[in-house]
Parts: sequence; C-alpha cells; structure tokens
Amino acid sequence: MGMLDQAVHTEHHHGPASGITRWLYTTNHKDIGTLYLCFSLLMFFIGGCMALTVRAELFQPGLQLIQPDFFNQMTTMHGLIMVFGAVMPAFVGLANWMVPLMVGAPDMALPRMNNWSFWILPFAFSMMLSTFFMEGGAPNFGWTFYAPLSTTYAPPSVTFFIFAVHMMGLSSIMGAINVIATILNLRAPGMTLMKMPLFVWTWLITAFLLIAVMPVLAGVVTMMLMDIHFGTSFFNAAGGGDPVLFQHVFWFFGHPEVYIMILPAFGVVSEIIPTFARKRLFGYASMVYATSSIAILSFVVWAHHMFTVGMPLAGELFFMFTTMLIAVPTGVKVFNWIATMFRGSMTFETPMLFALAFVVLFSIGGFSGLMLAIAPVDFQYHDTYFVVAHFHYVLVPGSIFSIMAAAYYWLPKWTGNMYNETLGKVHFWLSFVGINITFFPMHFLGLAGMPRRIPDYALQFADFNMVASVGGFIFGLAQLLFLYNVISCIRGGQKATDRVWEGSHGLEWTLPSPPPYHSFTEPPVVK
Amino acid sequence: MRSNRWVLPIAGLFFAQPAVADWQLNLVEGATEISRSVYGLHMTIFYICVAIAVVVFGVMLWSIIYHRKSRGVKAAHFHEHTWVEIIWTVIPFAILIAMAVPASSTLIQMYDKSEADLDIQITGYQWKWRYQYLGQDIDFFSNLTTPKEQINNEESKGENYLLEVDKPLVLPAGKKVRFLFTSNDVIHAWWVPALAVKKDVIPGFINEAWTKVEQPGIYRGQCAELCGRDHGFMPIVVEVKSEQDYQQWLASFAQAQQAQAAEAEKTWTKAELMARGEEVYKVSCAACHQLSGQGIPGAFPALAGSALMAGASDEHVDMVLNGRSGTAMQAFAEQLSEVDLAAVITYERNAWGNDGGIVTPLQIKQRIQ
Amino acid sequence: MDQLKVKNFRTVRNLICGCVLMFGFGFLMVPLYDVFCRVTGLNGKVLNTGPVSEQFQEDRQRQVKVQLIAVNNEGMPWKFKPASHSVEVFPGEMKQTHYVAFNPTDEWMVAQAVPSVAPAEAAEYLHKVNCFCFDQQPLESLERREMPLLFVVEAGLPDYISTITLSYTLFDITPENRSVQAEDDNYRRASL
Repeated sequence: MGMLDQAVHTEHHHGPASGITRWLYTTNHKDIGTLYLCFSLLMFFIGGCMALTVRAELFQPGLQLIQPDFFNQMTTMHGLIMVFGAVMPAFVGLANWMVPLMVGAPDMALPRMNNWSFWILPFAFSMMLSTFFMEGGAPNFGWTFYAPLSTTYAPPSVTFFIFAVHMMGLSSIMGAINVIATILNLRAPGMTLMKMPLFVWTWLITAFLLIAVMPVLAGVVTMMLMDIHFGTSFFNAAGGGDPVLFQHVFWFFGHPEVYIMILPAFGVVSEIIPTFARKRLFGYASMVYATSSIAILSFVVWAHHMFTVGMPLAGELFFMFTTMLIAVPTGVKVFNWIATMFRGSMTFETPMLFALAFVVLFSIGGFSGLMLAIAPVDFQYHDTYFVVAHFHYVLVPGSIFSIMAAAYYWLPKWTGNMYNETLGKVHFWLSFVGINITFFPMHFLGLAGMPRRIPDYALQFADFNMVASVGGFIFGLAQLLFLYNVISCIRGGQKATDRVWEGSHGLEWTLPSPPPYHSFTEPPVVK
Repeated sequence: MRSNRWVLPIAGLFFAQPAVADWQLNLVEGATEISRSVYGLHMTIFYICVAIAVVVFGVMLWSIIYHRKSRGVKAAHFHEHTWVEIIWTVIPFAILIAMAVPASSTLIQMYDKSEADLDIQITGYQWKWRYQYLGQDIDFFSNLTTPKEQINNEESKGENYLLEVDKPLVLPAGKKVRFLFTSNDVIHAWWVPALAVKKDVIPGFINEAWTKVEQPGIYRGQCAELCGRDHGFMPIVVEVKSEQDYQQWLASFAQAQQAQAAEAEKTWTKAELMARGEEVYKVSCAACHQLSGQGIPGAFPALAGSALMAGASDEHVDMVLNGRSGTAMQAFAEQLSEVDLAAVITYERNAWGNDGGIVTPLQIKQRIQ
Repeated sequence: MDQLKVKNFRTVRNLICGCVLMFGFGFLMVPLYDVFCRVTGLNGKVLNTGPVSEQFQEDRQRQVKVQLIAVNNEGMPWKFKPASHSVEVFPGEMKQTHYVAFNPTDEWMVAQAVPSVAPAEAAEYLHKVNCFCFDQQPLESLERREMPLLFVVEAGLPDYISTITLSYTLFDITPENRSVQAEDDNYRRASL
C-alpha cells in the first residue's frame, strides 16, 4: 500500500490525464513504454529510409542518385539512428511495459526519472538529425567515428553529434538505473531471482552492461570534444596521442553495446517459444548462466574489431581465443530453445514465426561471427560486406525480429484487441524473404572482395548488389504492413482474453487485457 | 549536367550494364602460400559451421514438422537434463579447440619476421597510395584512372572499372617483400585479397606485413577503411613480374626518370603545357575542384575566376607545391614531376576563361631548389 | 514504505557511483594504454627514450639493420629525409646519425616528429638516447638543418629480429605555436 504512494505519481488518480499533457508529464510505466515504442518505430522508419537511399544508390555501379559525401552521411546516420534510436529505445520500451507486469510491481521504481529518460531522446535525435542542415552536412565518418576522420577531418556538425550522443547516453543510463532498481527492489513477494521470467533476467544483465559501458562512450566522445575544441591530443599523434587508442576505448564500449542490443532479444524469444510450444523453457538456470557469461566475456573481446590495426601476435591470439569462447554460451542458448520446441505441441502464430526465424537467422549470424573471430581469416573479411552481412544478420533478424515478435506477442495484452493474424503472417513472410534476399548475397559480396562503406563498386559486384537492393525494398515496404497492423490493432478488433495465448505463462497474463492504468497496486503472491 | 538530374539515372540503366557478369561466391584462393592457407582455414571453418547448422536446424525442423499441435501432439514435460546440458557445452568447446589450432599456426606464419628481399613503404593519402622502395630511387604515387564520365554513367564502364591505376605497385615474383604502412592523413587500410594482406595505415605510426607471390600476374584490391569522401575510389593494383621483367621495369623506371629530368630542361609551348595540364588536372585536382573548375561551394574553392589564378604566379605555385596547412589542399611538390606541375598550373591559370599567363618547368625547378 | 525508499536510494546511489567510476575508467584507459603499449610494444610506440644510465653490453656476434624512414603528415611541405636509408649496428653499440629537414616555404614553421618502430616487438629494445623528436623543431623560411639522432639497440633483442624500421612522421604544428613565435620576435627585438 505504502509502496503505491511511493512508486506511483503523487497525484493519485485512477485513469490517465487527457490531451498532450498526459504524455508530457506522465510517470506511468505503460505510457512511457508506449512513448518509447512509438519513438523507436518512428526512428526505425527514418533510419530505414536512409538504408533504402543507400541501397538505391548501390542498385547499379556508377553514381546515380547521390554523391559520395552524402552517401557517407547516409551510412553513418543510418547506423547511429538504428542502434541508438530504434533498437535500444525499443527494448527500453518493452522493459518499461513488461518488467513491472512480470515481476508484479505497481510501476517502475523511479517514475519521475523514467519520464526524463524518455523525454531526453526526442531532443537528442532532433539535434542529431538537424546536422543534415548544417554547413558541411551531417556526420560522415561512419557510426564507429574513428579518429582522426571524426576529429581533425570532421565536418563542423561533429560537435552537435557529440552532444547528441551525450544526451542519449544519459537517457540510457537513467533507463538502466530504473530497470535495475525495479527488478531488485520491487519484486512481488515470493518472486525470487531464479523465478523471474527470462526477459527480466536478460534485461537485468543488459542494464548492468549499460551502466558499465555508456559512461565509457560518454568518455570517448568527451575526449573527442576536447581534441577538437580544447587542444588536447588524446587521439592526435602530433601531440603524443594515438588514433588507435580511440578504437580501443570505442570498442571497449562497442562490444558490450552489441550485446546490449541482443540480450533482451534472447529474453523475448525465451518467453515466446515456450508459450507456443506449450512446454516449459528448457534449461532455465543454464540460460541465466549463459547470458551472464556472455555479458562478462563481452568485456574481454573488444579488440577482435581491430585485428588489422597491427597488434602484436600475443594480442591477436588472446582476442581470437576469447572471442571464439563466446560461441559456447551462445550455443547453449540455441540448444535450449530447440530442446524447448522438441516434443512440444507447437502452433505458429506470428510471434512464434518471428521467434523461429530469429533462432535460425541469428544462428547464421553467429556462424559468420565465429568465422570472423578467426584472426588470420578476418584479415580477408575485415571491413568488407561479409561484416555488413554478419552484423545485419544478428541485428535485423536478430534484434529487430525479436522486437516485432514481442510487439505481436504483447499487443493484445497492451491494447485489449487482437491484431490481424493474416496480415501479421504476410508481414512476417515478406520480411523473412526480403531480409534474406538483402543480406545473404552480402556474404558473397564480401568474400568476393567488396569493401564496406563505398558508394560505387567494381563491375563484378554488380549482380549481387542489384539483388540485395531489391530485397531491401521488399523488406522496407513490408514494414508498412506492420505499421498498419499495429495502428488498426490499437483502434479496435476482436477482443483479447486475459491469457491471450493458450500456452501463456507468467504474471502479466493474470491481468485483464488491456491491464488497468495502475496494475498490481496490491502485490500478487508468487508461489 | 544540372538540368539533367533525372535523365542520368535513366541513362545509367543502359550504360551501367555490367561488362562482366560475375556471380563470384567465395573468397579467392590467392597467389601466396599464406593466402592459400587462409583460404583453407576459411573453408574448414565454413564446413564445420555448415555441419553444425545441419544438425541443429535439422532437429529444429523435425520438431516443427512432427511436434505440432495440429497433429494432435501433447507436449512433454521435461525442462532440464544436467547431462545433456553438460554435453552440449563440452562438445562445442572441443570443436573450438580444433579450430583454434590451425588458426593459430597460420597466424604465427603471418608474423614471420625473417629478413625480406625488398622493403616497400606504402603511404595512404586521401585518396591515393604512395609507394617508396626503400634504399632505391623509386618513389611514385598511384592514382585511380577510371574517367569521371564512366563514374557518372555518361560512358560505358571499362572492364576494370574503379580497379585501375596509373602506376601499379610492381613486385618481383618469388621474393619476400616486406611492406611498411603509414598514412599521411586519416586511417586507410591496404588490402589485396589475392595476397591475403590487409593492414590499417595509421598517421604517425608504422605497421608491417609481408608477402611472397610465386606467380607473375596482376592483382587488384581496394582501400578497406572508411577514409572520407573518396574512400571508394582509391584502388590498389599490384603487378607481379618475373625476375627478368622486374629488372627490365627497374631499368625503364630509371630511364623514365632521366627522361623526365630532361623534359624539364626543354622549352614548352603554351599549347603543349595546356594539353598535358588538362590530363594532370583530371587525375590530381578534379576530385575536389571539379572538372569545371567550379569547386564545391563551402568545401573546395572554385578555380575558375579565382584571384589566385590571375595574380602573381609565385603565390599560385607556392599553393600547389606546398599545399595549405589545415585544409584539404595537399602539397604536390613530391607528387608530381616538374613538368606536370608547370603544366597543371598553366592549365589552371588559362582554362575556364582564366588568363594568368604560363609557368614553365624551369621556373618550377628553380622554385623547388 | 520508508524501507523501500531507502532501498531505492541505495540502489540508485550505487549505480550512479558505478557510472562515475566507469566514466573515469574511460579516461584511465589512456595511461593504461600507454603502459600496455610499453609492455607489449603495441603500435611500436617508443617510450624508451632519454639519456642512458647503465652501460650497454655490446654484442659483436651479430649485426642488426636499422632502416630509417621519413614521412610527412598532410600539409607538411618540408623536405625531410634521413641521412642514410639504413645503418648496420651491433646490439649495444651507440650509433649517431641524423635527418635533414628543409623548410621551402617563405614562412617560419614549427614541426613535431613522431617516432614509430616496426616490428612492434623491437620497440622496447630500441633506445633513443638523443633525438630531435624530443623537442619541437622550428625552422625559418628556407632554413636547412641536420637533426641529430643518437640511439642504441639493446643486446636483449630477440634473435629472430634482424631488421628494425624506425620511422619519423613530421607534423606541422605551426598554428599552435603562432603565439610562441610572437614572443620570440618580441624577445629578439628586445635583445637588439
């Protein structure tokens, strides 16, 4: 009871306020979750348009639509927006909606901070996107912004880029603090750590990763800022600095960052597969341990992004071995999912289709990751389309598919209405086909020798590039179906039951669909 | 051209038809012992991955087909099994060790430090390569030669579109060659797939790698690290020659250098300088200042109608020779011969309606000394 | 419940401390990296400089080839060359050589040379006793200067390394030093 007074906004009312102020001042986890998800969908479409611009230019050899400098701005902003604007906020949105419902909490632990951490984002991304209209254009040095291209040789807009990164870093850190505080302090009685749903577990680990590495990102952009404006020489060889230092600090952030984008996806899939296989998740404990070991290993593998910078032999060997080691816990997770399906009683609704595609296509991304881990062969793969194929396989049919699976899975719970199942399946199949047509040929392009981030290419790469571009447009257009399906589901449709799915399990399904504005005001008891 | 923005992409549909349709799927085996062992490693690991995928996805497919509700299957109740879980942790670990052994041995081979027959310093520039043969009087730049018209789809594309240079790196076959990499500006990466050599070139630091190509041939590669606007337009061409041909090339290189020195002594007419200057301008200047001499507003100044072109030639010469610190304007004194410098300066001073008089190779020569 | 408030407060405090520590760690990586480089010879960062205190043991059994390379960074118009492309030394032997720099512009300029060694493993054995890279190097317009380099290859150099490459990249740092020049001029005027 007292918990309620603390956690819920002090103005104690039973429904949401009306009008725009509801969204501006809201401290309700469901509202903020919705805001995050809508924001990330918007960013997904903006970043997607940039990707399609890139693919349109690469449809044929030669320069047709855009000039090389604008091409670089497109690839850079596509990466930044998809990573920081689409995938990360989507997962924070899911956490906002689902973590309190899953652990039986009335709201997030720090509701006011929750409001802040969301409302920083629109400002950060407005600033980021405004760089397109500045002299010299938007950042054009790649989303990894390697010095000195991003310092001495950067367009003037780099300063705004740095502030935007600071702001979204702050937002992520506040979001992570909130998730941790909620999970550690607000669990319903009887909900021990090892009884938590796996989505909550993976988010807890993700949040700790965020706390550990977002400050490092803030540090590295601060060093850039000082190099550019205050005459320091962190990354400038002339003043005793070292451009390679930038890469070390960046990837010390960057590698855990890629797990920040995939661990919650593991959580989502671990929720969905048991539901539609009608069977408990296989190896719950080993899933938790595997996730933790992936997180810990992520701190000692960063230099596998830098095999070609000229490290000494011992360094190359060390990072090669640690990187290969990650295959073990990742393998355990995949085996567990398959063991969950094995001798289950499966049905194939849209969320399950996305989850199954996740398992297969993420594994393909894992295999190419294992190949990339082999240092001597990485000399051939590094900075080619093989790498582009690899990280798109783990991010698009990995992270993005899991977010879509989650959206379809929980939409009936959130809105109280069922989405259109047929349209959902059409969306899935178009996405599945589109994605493979887009990214699978990129493996071949990379092996044949096409470097990444080039606006024009030699003729032997023409065929597969054309195929990839066609696939990109199929995937991109298919997302309009998703948008339509989500909007029509919000506006109405067949009423959903409380459990929604036959095989659903967990606290969130004990609430009505949609759940009341304030849920679990009396903590449930977990046996 | 401006008014034709929509015509170009459509015209491109006709011109851009690939001259070589090539659905290359796999890595090249390459031309060196190392590249072949890299290829072998690549295939081994690929096959291991395929085998694992067949087993794992096979089980999954089996479940999807046979363990579905529509067949009336009731779900089983098992949800953990310690031994199974231990086994599928240990087996991947063993497979990884099996992969790590050959990988390490190839890597150690690559780090061989034994004495090389030839050392070549490779310097990355925005956006060209410079090759200096250590201890020999060989030092040249290697520029992209694909004409702008092909890139802009106004002409059909040649066979080696974007992979052709004016002066390739020439290596002797069967000799161990050591490369020393460094950069003049940002980080680039020197990559020739057939040699399995890819190394970042980093301003202020040197990296090394080596190769030993057995068979003469021409091997092409590209810059692999994003290095700014024309990252996609700085190819690498390596020409490996037999010992005899290589010696011949050395001799002809020395001869060409002497001829170049003699050229500077001769008297050049304005027409000759203009003709040569235009060629030099296309390769070395047009990327920034544009063929039209209009530059790019806000980034690269226009040369047409510029006061620098009309004023005293000394300032113009100084700009081209020494560049301008803190801007993208490079120092060309070492990049171009005296005749080329004189020609391109003369061209700039008289093209596009400019009228700034000529600069002779002799003037440049005096200026440099 | 006050108890929960306290719990939340503690969690948040601890996590914020964690963030601050990690932000600090980001910056700590800079000196850590230098130490790491010294230990592993990463990037051929040569920190092994300064006058020698101990006498080096000369090893007359083998010779090491030291290649000298000069690189101009972007926009650096000086002519900058080693006196000779390579020198043969005995490990432990003190070797004197020099680079030549010439400023062809009609302006006063300052340069900073940055050394680097390949192979990286050799960096810790190449000891520079006196080097022009220790200081910034100003040159008047059209001035030419021999810039001395005194180094020794320590006898501990592993046997498998027979060639060491020492490169100097010359950076133009004139813009940062304009004020210094002004002071210089004032000083000169005063002393006239």
